[in-house]
Amino acid sequence: MSDGSSDPTLPAGILDGDTAIGKRVPRESAKRLVAGRGRYVGDISLPRMLHLAFLRSPYAHAIIGDIDISAAAAVPGVTHVITGRQVAEVCAPLMGVAHHRPGHRSAPQHVMAVEKTCWQGEPVVAVLAESRAIAEDAAELIEVDWQDLPAVVDAADALSPDAPVLHAEMGDNLAFQFDVDTGDADAAFAAAHTVVEHDFRFDSQTPLTLEPRGLIADFDPSTGGITVHHSGQSPFQMQDILSENLGIPEHRVRVICPDVGGGFGLKVNVYGDEIAVAAISKIVGRPVRFLADRLESFVSDIHARDHVVTARMAVDADGAITAMEMDDLAALGAYGMARRFSVAEGMMAVTMMGAPYRFENYRARTRNVYVNKPLVGVYRGVGMPFACVAQEVLADKAAAALDMDPVAFRRQNYRRLDELPYTSPGGAKVDTASFAACLDKLTAAMDYDHLRAEQAELCGQGVWRGIGIATFIEQTAYGPPYYGPSLARISVQDGCTVKLEPSGKVRCITSITDQGQGTWTGIAQVVASSLGIPVDDVEIHAGDSATTPFGGGAWASRGMAIGGEAALKASLALRANILALAGAITQADPAKLALRAGEVVNMETGMASISLAEVGRVGYFRQDTLPGDFDVELTVTHNHAHNHQLYYTANGVQGAYVEVDIETGFIRLLGHWAVDDCGRIINPLMVDEQVRGGVVQGLGAALFEQCLYSEDGQLQNGTMADYLAPMAAEMPDIVVEHVETPEASTRLGAKGVGEAGTIGAIGVMWSAVNDALRPLGASIHHQPFTPERVLDALDRANAGSENGT
Amino acid sequence: MKAPDFSYVRPASLDEAIGLLVTHGESAVPLAGGQSLLTTLNMRLSAPELLVDISGLDELRGIDVDGGTVRIGALARHVDVATSPVVAEHLPLISEAMAHVAHVAIRNRGTFGGSLANADPAAELPACAVVLKATLVLAGPDGQREVAAGDFYQGLFETTRQGDELLVEVRVPVQPAGQLFAFEELSRRSGDFGIAGLAATGQLEDGGFADLRLAYLGCDDGPRLAAAVAAAVSGQGGPLDDRQIAEALRQDYEFSDVPGLSAATKVRLAAVLTRRALDRMRGAA
Repeated sequence: MSDGSSDPTLPAGILDGDTAIGKRVPRESAKRLVAGRGRYVGDISLPRMLHLAFLRSPYAHAIIGDIDISAAAAVPGVTHVITGRQVAEVCAPLMGVAHHRPGHRSAPQHVMAVEKTCWQGEPVVAVLAESRAIAEDAAELIEVDWQDLPAVVDAADALSPDAPVLHAEMGDNLAFQFDVDTGDADAAFAAAHTVVEHDFRFDSQTPLTLEPRGLIADFDPSTGGITVHHSGQSPFQMQDILSENLGIPEHRVRVICPDVGGGFGLKVNVYGDEIAVAAISKIVGRPVRFLADRLESFVSDIHARDHVVTARMAVDADGAITAMEMDDLAALGAYGMARRFSVAEGMMAVTMMGAPYRFENYRARTRNVYVNKPLVGVYRGVGMPFACVAQEVLADKAAAALDMDPVAFRRQNYRRLDELPYTSPGGAKVDTASFAACLDKLTAAMDYDHLRAEQAELCGQGVWRGIGIATFIEQTAYGPPYYGPSLARISVQDGCTVKLEPSGKVRCITSITDQGQGTWTGIAQVVASSLGIPVDDVEIHAGDSATTPFGGGAWASRGMAIGGEAALKASLALRANILALAGAITQADPAKLALRAGEVVNMETGMASISLAEVGRVGYFRQDTLPGDFDVELTVTHNHAHNHQLYYTANGVQGAYVEVDIETGFIRLLGHWAVDDCGRIINPLMVDEQVRGGVVQGLGAALFEQCLYSEDGQLQNGTMADYLAPMAAEMPDIVVEHVETPEASTRLGAKGVGEAGTIGAIGVMWSAVNDALRPLGASIHHQPFTPERVLDALDRANAGSENGT
Repeated sequence: MKAPDFSYVRPASLDEAIGLLVTHGESAVPLAGGQSLLTTLNMRLSAPELLVDISGLDELRGIDVDGGTVRIGALARHVDVATSPVVAEHLPLISEAMAHVAHVAIRNRGTFGGSLANADPAAELPACAVVLKATLVLAGPDGQREVAAGDFYQGLFETTRQGDELLVEVRVPVQPAGQLFAFEELSRRSGDFGIAGLAATGQLEDGGFADLRLAYLGCDDGPRLAAAVAAAVSGQGGPLDDRQIAEALRQDYEFSDVPGLSAATKVRLAAVLTRRALDRMRGAA
């Protein structure tokens, strides 16, 4: 384990001294955004810019016949009406197949539909006009000769031999299947003292960023280049896609991500309509702006977590887990997601099942199928919640069957520290972890024994409360071994440039982006600590593929873990250069100098020799006073990648206390506790709020959010009044505490934390609500836990027909 | 989405407003707080040619009590009603219901009359108006007329208001001292439209309920008195039976499935709310 105080490669005190690292520094952009000085894509306007509105398919599955654009084109203010066929002439289709997943299939996805549409909301015709309102007026006048086809929306239905097939060339709708078989699951289940099982259903969700998707594409016919202002998480991925699909040399593609109002994974996925906007700018030779409105966001943003899972657990008489089994069936939407593939949910589910626990025998399968719904993409937590939910519900059931306390059952079955590192039966690699330490801290924080006593007492009075516990692993900062073999051109290395300004202040240019997480603040803290300056003396520049180092951007909880390490490397190199220059100026041995409070300090005397401003002044303006062969290097760039490591493993445990009203099926959230281990914490304020925000999204998943589809593929609740996002009034207080086990392979020791809250919150709600229902003989199987589903669960129990479905 | 093109006019007087509605007929709609209308415009669910913005007509705004009647101007905002001492003292049922009316931002703009005239079957205030025997005052080209709330509601977003009439005032009889009342609502999230709810008034006589007036929201196409429920529970003094209430509810209203919520569950929840409302009323007696 690394530690700043004992890491001989680090100057003393950087990680553990009184520096900015570990301080609750407020987000650097908070004041600016609250003051209304944010600059989002919608705030940017270019000369001669056109506004685009799409006609989207009203059908989930239909052949596109003749398109009559004449009435739309005649609307005053309309400049162009462009069909998918015209766009296809200048833009190659997308292909969402992962080369590292043998057998994975998809079909070419035109960025706008050409011959047929495969989901309600697929873009078909684009209207360009002087305003968005005019474009919408005109789009209503387009007449399309639709030939409606049978649609399929449910994964199991899509596998039936007589199901409508989305992509004829595939023959059926099965996109991908993956099997795991470790040890001897059959023998272990046959020999088990007790076997518990549970069926799970998860309704699809959509991530709901506050700022919808949007971009301005500005193709310049005179240079053949394009500049795109994009509400996205990775300007580099967008640059690469636009270069590839539009045939524009990469160095002529510049993607700028200005302020971005929320990502959650939604904005790292690849959207045909966004690529189409760039293609259309190339066709018309003018800047084109497209801002998704809330209604079209519901049918064009990614959806996620459309899964049906069955799982079993075998335990021996002493309560030791001996085997697990998982069968996962996932609906992927209409196509594989370009570069992000959509199979990640199922793969993570079967890989991570049971990973915190000691067991040897495991069988699992994930099947992924195409249905006539929006594409599934990576969303905060991706497939990790399924593993958490399944293992935790089964742990509760096994503990109940053995009459054990569920906390004791978990503690007994956790992997011990002396078993690290290990590979779980599903294939999850765990290098560092702190399960028992997190659990101990959690039970103390929530006063577990008191809650259990209160629960029992109230149970006798007809008040039904439940206590949930959920342990999870978060695979953070995916590395080259994962994305490299996929051939997806996803960069998982990130870079950082630090530059001493003549005044002694510092500019930091990072490839990491920030959609509200606060990562930039953390990176500034790393730079400030390394250079011995206040955080306020560091200015961050980012989000521009032309001016920052190449990198990945923000996704998979990687910003601090990778970008922070790159910033540490660059800052330490700049520190060495500054001290060398200071040594040259003051004729001192650089090895005896340090940086403290904006000054170069002689470590032997403790006295300041010269200020950073003086270093900058001499370095930039008075080189004539330096030795003739002295090179001034006050701008330094370093990168970080963990070449041979799949990910950095974070972990945590959450607890929840809920009350179920058995007359109405309503669930009241009484308390929520999260103990998280994300390695070294750079900024506890940002980390706590990341956890809380993630918890709220997890509670939304468990209790409120669902995309309700009719059998013919129509979204029935695509407004913010009907799709229930979690709101403040229903949220409990969320207590956040930490265990810090630094990442062993980096000097900074930071792991990711962006998804922890969501993973654990979904798991802990399944645990808590089922705990409340257990004395009634009922159990819940379908997320979100709507009042109707809770009442149905109670009715099944009362009918004595509880059969686990 | 962007609203389709419309014209906008802000009349200076009630007569001018009504004149505009007469002149433009069905192509004109009145705009008060805008909390329902602007949403339907932005979703392109309606496309009126002219919005007649009546929000400047201050004479339609006050709240006062006159003998046995509380007069609430149609343009009184929800926040004004919710914080009115007159309403708190004389119409405690409405005070209780206001806590369920949307969120603070909506209450700051939405109007009392707008909610009543919009006739959303999931709204709280129409049910209260029916139960409390409110009288709605409509102004039209031929002067004013009064309509009992019970006669005003004709179905889903349908009322007896003519296109050239404006709801100008609501007159609500003061709730008599000793009257029992309750408002109950279940909504998935605080401030949402209720998935079921009711407004109730009544008395206890000889230990049993009497003079019960119950009107439900979110259960059918509009607020009507639930006569069968009232009859089923009248005279009862002991514990109420949810099944009996549910059966009566099915006589009073037509329940239908909506995405994510079956008619059967809705009836069940309405029955639970009924029992809770009546239990609370008995407890207050």
